[in-house]
Amino acid sequence: MSDFDPTGQNGTNWHPGLRESYIFDRNTIAEIRRAASQGIYDIRGFGAKRKLPHFDDLLFLGASMSRYPLEGYRERCGTEVTLGTRFAKKPIHLKIPITIAGMSFGALSGQAKEALGRGATMAGTSTTTGDGGMTEEERGHSEILVYQLLPSRYGMNPDDLRRADAIEVVVGQGAKPGGGGMLLGQKISDRVAEMRNLPKGIDQRSACRHPDWTGPDDLEIKIEEIREITDWEKPIYIKIGASRPYYDTQLAVKAGADVIVLDGMQGGTAATQDVFIEHVGLPTLACIRQAVTALQELGMHREVQLIVSGGIRNGADVAKALALGADAVSIGVAAMIALGDNDPAYADEYAKIGSAAGFYDDWHEGKDPTGISTQDPELAKRLDPEQGGRRLNNFLKTLTLETQTLARAAGKSHVHNLEPEDLVALTIESAAMAQVPLAGTDWIPGQSRDGF
Amino acid sequence: MTTATEIEVVDLAVTTRRELNQRLHDARDGGPRSWRIVNPNGAHALAVGIDAELDVVIDGHTGYYAAGMNKHANVTINGNAGVGVGENIMSGRIHITGNASQACAATGRGGLVVVDGDASARCGISMKGVEIVVKGDIGHMSAFMAQSGTLVVCGDAGDALGDSIYETHIYVRGSVAGLGADCIEKDLKDFHREELGRLLEAAGADAKVDDFRRYGSARQLYTFNIDNAGAY
Repeated sequence: MSDFDPTGQNGTNWHPGLRESYIFDRNTIAEIRRAASQGIYDIRGFGAKRKLPHFDDLLFLGASMSRYPLEGYRERCGTEVTLGTRFAKKPIHLKIPITIAGMSFGALSGQAKEALGRGATMAGTSTTTGDGGMTEEERGHSEILVYQLLPSRYGMNPDDLRRADAIEVVVGQGAKPGGGGMLLGQKISDRVAEMRNLPKGIDQRSACRHPDWTGPDDLEIKIEEIREITDWEKPIYIKIGASRPYYDTQLAVKAGADVIVLDGMQGGTAATQDVFIEHVGLPTLACIRQAVTALQELGMHREVQLIVSGGIRNGADVAKALALGADAVSIGVAAMIALGDNDPAYADEYAKIGSAAGFYDDWHEGKDPTGISTQDPELAKRLDPEQGGRRLNNFLKTLTLETQTLARAAGKSHVHNLEPEDLVALTIESAAMAQVPLAGTDWIPGQSRDGF
Repeated sequence: MTTATEIEVVDLAVTTRRELNQRLHDARDGGPRSWRIVNPNGAHALAVGIDAELDVVIDGHTGYYAAGMNKHANVTINGNAGVGVGENIMSGRIHITGNASQACAATGRGGLVVVDGDASARCGISMKGVEIVVKGDIGHMSAFMAQSGTLVVCGDAGDALGDSIYETHIYVRGSVAGLGADCIEKDLKDFHREELGRLLEAAGADAKVDDFRRYGSARQLYTFNIDNAGAY
């Protein structure tokens, strides 16, 4: 990070006459220079970093003359959610509408996976495996564990299917709809290699398509098979990256999903090309109403549950996603940060690897000073799973309290009672995407104006 | 009540798939060891998720994913099998007396899959330790991203065989329409002769080891290198 600041307030190099190009800014110039030097695209972790329309562009109206609020410290505001009510014999019951997204052992250390399981369990919610199979750390410490069925099928086996609490068929993820994955060789330890049936130290590619089905008609049969193997006990999720959420949601319902996980482009990744992260997919804000409309048209809203992810950071984001029609949200990047990722205490070590706390996104390199996105045993030891779990639990509790605070202010006795009518938008773009009125008007872009 | 030595016959004209699979799963805890399933009529997901040393014979054609994720069982399909037969097989044996559709034994991690006829595209895709013997031909993109295990083809192989292969051993007796990225022909060494001979015998294939050629990974694409971009 440079101390150069074109405002002149913090830096020492700026003087009148130095004007930075809007389109060829310093990041752009640095990237052109890097590409010219290395001849390969930039791969990184994290999610989209560009400015996108997001939940910050929405506001809750709160109660007033025509609606009465609930007492913040007395009156009940429910947060529980049940997932998998459509077909599964054993639906999942969560205490809070916030789940932990799939992150692989391989991308994350065993300690980090254990910490996620501990924190989620303390908070009464679920955690999710990833593209590396199920580890004992996370199964042992996760009261409710969702097992992902991914194109790579690394570690896939019927025993883990049966000991999972739900199964998530991953069609895509928000950071890279239509993309596969790559776990670079430096993160392939003996254990990771064994779990994935591949030699140690080589790049491990994750396919972008499933090997044994193509399209929703095949997927419907694939889901039947999984249900048969697990005796129709487990909820089956379908995770999609946000690209065509209206049609994808309808097709997921048709394919037999109990739960749909819709991941917007701000959703995180362990390793993806920067050009993919920043230029493919839809912002989370833009896809929720489309998915909810699709469910409503099929008479499946609340019957097939919708989990939204991608850029959820605080209780306001949670409450707004629920108000737009989601049944729950999922967090990944925020959960990692809660564990300790990008901790300023490691400022010196971030500097040594050419990064800084608050900016670090090279999760694929395995050099994470906090011991989270690494397979280096010495680094991984830095993360105390118990302490990490407590931190995650604290974060989840905070999100829940914030969500309840906003719901009570809107007069809701359950967070699922939040609705689009409780929201307004600050920008025309967000009004159009979220299909709520522009603040101070009755105007929803694309809809006729019938007055208040 | 059947005894362990009797053959349990299940007629899918009168029994649901759900009931069949549940009974096969429950057999993990005892009950009949030999099963005959009649009137499958191309139903999907038959005999999936078995976790017991059973002998299961399916008289007729099966739909998608027959015997998927099999563990320990010996499953015979007297007919053709649809997409993904034996997908993710863990152990045991699956024998298809007819032809197999696409993605035969996809991602299989162990056990043996024998196809007396032909297997379509993507046979052994992403295989992870399974052994596959196809007495006829296989379609294009077979053994795509194949990680480990062995694929034996007594007939011809379609285009892009072994594309992006890792450590799987491939043996083909007939012609190969084309090799995929990073897949090359390799020497047939003593170890491979022994492996191939064992599998041909296990599958009951009438073929001579010396008539086969071996294919495997050149290991040039194991670590991403921009200079190899044109190979992908």
